[in-house]
Amino acid sequence: MSARRQSPWVVLSAILVYIFLYAPIVVLIVFSFNSSRTNVVFEGVVNQGPCGPFFWYCELFKNDDVMDATRNTLTIALTSTFFSTIIGTMAALALQRYNFRGRNASETMLYFPIVTPEIVMGIGILVLFSASFGWINSLLALAPDRRLTMGMGTVIVSHIAFSIPFVTLVVRARLHGFDNRLEEAAMDLGANELTTFRKVTLPLIAPGVLAGAMLAFTLSLDDFIITFFTTGPGATTLPIYVYGLLRRIVTPEVNALSTIWILVVLIVVGISQWFQNRE
Amino acid sequence: MFQRFRENRGLQGFLLILPTLIVMIALLVIPLIMTVITSFGQRNADGGVIYTFTLENYWRLAGFTPEGWDDLYLRILLRSLWLALQTTIIVILMAFPLAYFIARAPERRRNFYLFLVLIPLWTNFVIRIYAWVMILRGQGVLNSTLGMFAGMLNLPFQPFDFYPSQGAVLIGMVYEFLPFMILPIYTSLEKIEPNLYEAAADLYANPVRTFFRVTVPLSMPGVVAGTILTFVPVIGTFVVSDILGGRQVILVGNLVQNQFLSARNPPFGSAASIILLLFTLALTLYYTRRFGLGEEIAAG
Repeated sequence: MSARRQSPWVVLSAILVYIFLYAPIVVLIVFSFNSSRTNVVFEGVVNQGPCGPFFWYCELFKNDDVMDATRNTLTIALTSTFFSTIIGTMAALALQRYNFRGRNASETMLYFPIVTPEIVMGIGILVLFSASFGWINSLLALAPDRRLTMGMGTVIVSHIAFSIPFVTLVVRARLHGFDNRLEEAAMDLGANELTTFRKVTLPLIAPGVLAGAMLAFTLSLDDFIITFFTTGPGATTLPIYVYGLLRRIVTPEVNALSTIWILVVLIVVGISQWFQNRE
Repeated sequence: MFQRFRENRGLQGFLLILPTLIVMIALLVIPLIMTVITSFGQRNADGGVIYTFTLENYWRLAGFTPEGWDDLYLRILLRSLWLALQTTIIVILMAFPLAYFIARAPERRRNFYLFLVLIPLWTNFVIRIYAWVMILRGQGVLNSTLGMFAGMLNLPFQPFDFYPSQGAVLIGMVYEFLPFMILPIYTSLEKIEPNLYEAAADLYANPVRTFFRVTVPLSMPGVVAGTILTFVPVIGTFVVSDILGGRQVILVGNLVQNQFLSARNPPFGSAASIILLLFTLALTLYYTRRFGLGEEIAAG
C-alpha cells in the first residue's frame, strides 16, 4: 500500500486504540513504585531501606516463591520450545515437500488444536493423566513417594503438544517460497543429503524456525489454562502464582516483576532486531 | 537397504511427521476420547468416576434434571456465546482502524507500529487482567481520574461500580484478544496493491465507496482468521470472568473448571467440555465455509 496522507479520523482512532493497549501497562509500572503495601491506591513513591524507590524490586528477589515460579516458568518454556521447534519443523518439512499416505489426515489433526478451546484440551489431558497415573500406581503398587504425579513433566509435555501446530504453521509459511532447485544444485555438485540440509536447507529456513521458536516460547510463558490443569506440587509457574495471589492480596512485587519482565523482553527483541538489521 | 530408504520419499515424509502424530494422538486424540467416555459416566461419593453408559449429564445440561426443568446451564451457554460474539465485534471495530493506519504508514515505520501492538502481549495474561482490576475497582485509577476531573469542575462525584461486573469482563476479553485481530487484518491490508486504489479513483469511486468495495472485501481473510483467534479462546476461557466478574459472571469455562476442581464431578464437567467443543467446531466450520478458510492464521 502506498504511503499517503492519512485521514485524521484514522490517525485519531489509531491513537485511541494504542492508549487502550498501553493504559494497563503504564498503571502496572507506576504502581511498582507504590508505597502502599495493599496496592489499591497510589500513596506516593516508596522510599524504604537501602533500595529506596526500588524497594519492591529488592523484595522480589528475596521472595523464594516468586523466584521458584520464575525458574519453573523458564525451565518449562525453554524445554518445551526446544522440542516443539524440532518436531514442528520436521512436520512442516513433511507436509510441504513430501507426499505420503495419511498426509491430509495429519494436516487436519495439526489444525485441530488451534480451533479447540484450551480448556477442552486442558481437562482432556487432566482426565488422561489422572486416570492412567491412577492405574499405573495401583498396578505397580508404588510406594507413596515414588508414585507418578502431575508436575513439571506433565506441564512440559502438554506445552510441547499445544506449541507444535503453531511452529509448523510458521515454518510452512517460510517453506512456501522455497526454491527446490537450490537443493538439487547442491546435490549435483556432489553434496550428500546431510551436507545439503546443513549448508542449504537449514540456513534458508532458519528465520522461519527462529520465528516459530519465538512464538512457541511466548505461548508457553503466557499459558495459564493448560498449565492450570496439568500442574502439580513443585511446578507452580508465574501465571499460576499470580492467579493464587489475586484471591488474597497482591503486593507491588507483582508489578515490579512485570516491569522487569517487559524490560527483559524489550532488550531481547531489541538485540535480535539489531542483528537482523545488520545482516 | 540404505539406498532404498534414500529413494523412498513416502517413507521419509512419514518418518518426519511421525513424532508430531505420536504427540497429537497421545495428548489430543486420546484425551478427547477419554473425555467423551468420562462424560457418559457417573461420579462416586469421593469425586472419582464410575465408568457406565448414561446420558444423564447431557440431559442435565439441556435442562432436564432429576428435580425438574432447570435452564441454568442453557443460560450459561447462551451467555458465553453472547459474550464471545460481543467481544469479537468490538475487537473487529477497534482493530480495523489501527491495522489500516499501520498498513498505510510509511514502510520503514510499519514494523515499529506493529511492535507497539505486541509489547503488551509480553506481560503475562493473568497480570494484564490484574492491571484492569487496578484500573476498574472502586478506588481504582479510572474512578480517581474521573473524581479528579469532577473536582476541578466542582461537580458531585460518586465512584462507579465498574468492577466486578459483566462490563469489566467484556473489557478484559477485548483487551486480551485485540492484538490477535490487529495482526491478521494488517497482513491482509498490507497485501492490497496500491494500483487498486488508483483504479478505483480513476473510475470515480469516492473514498467511502472505495473503502467498502475494495478495502473491506480484500481484508476478509484477515478478519476471518482474527475472528477464529478471538472467538475460540473467548468462549473457552474462565480466568477473565473469574477475576473481573467476581462470582457474578459464570461462563462455560467457569462451569467446566468448577466441576473438576470444586464440585468434584468430572463426568458432568466432561459433558460440558464436549458440548463446548462441539459448539466451537460447528461455528468455526460454518464460518470458514461461509467466508473462506482463514489463511492468515499463520500471520497471527
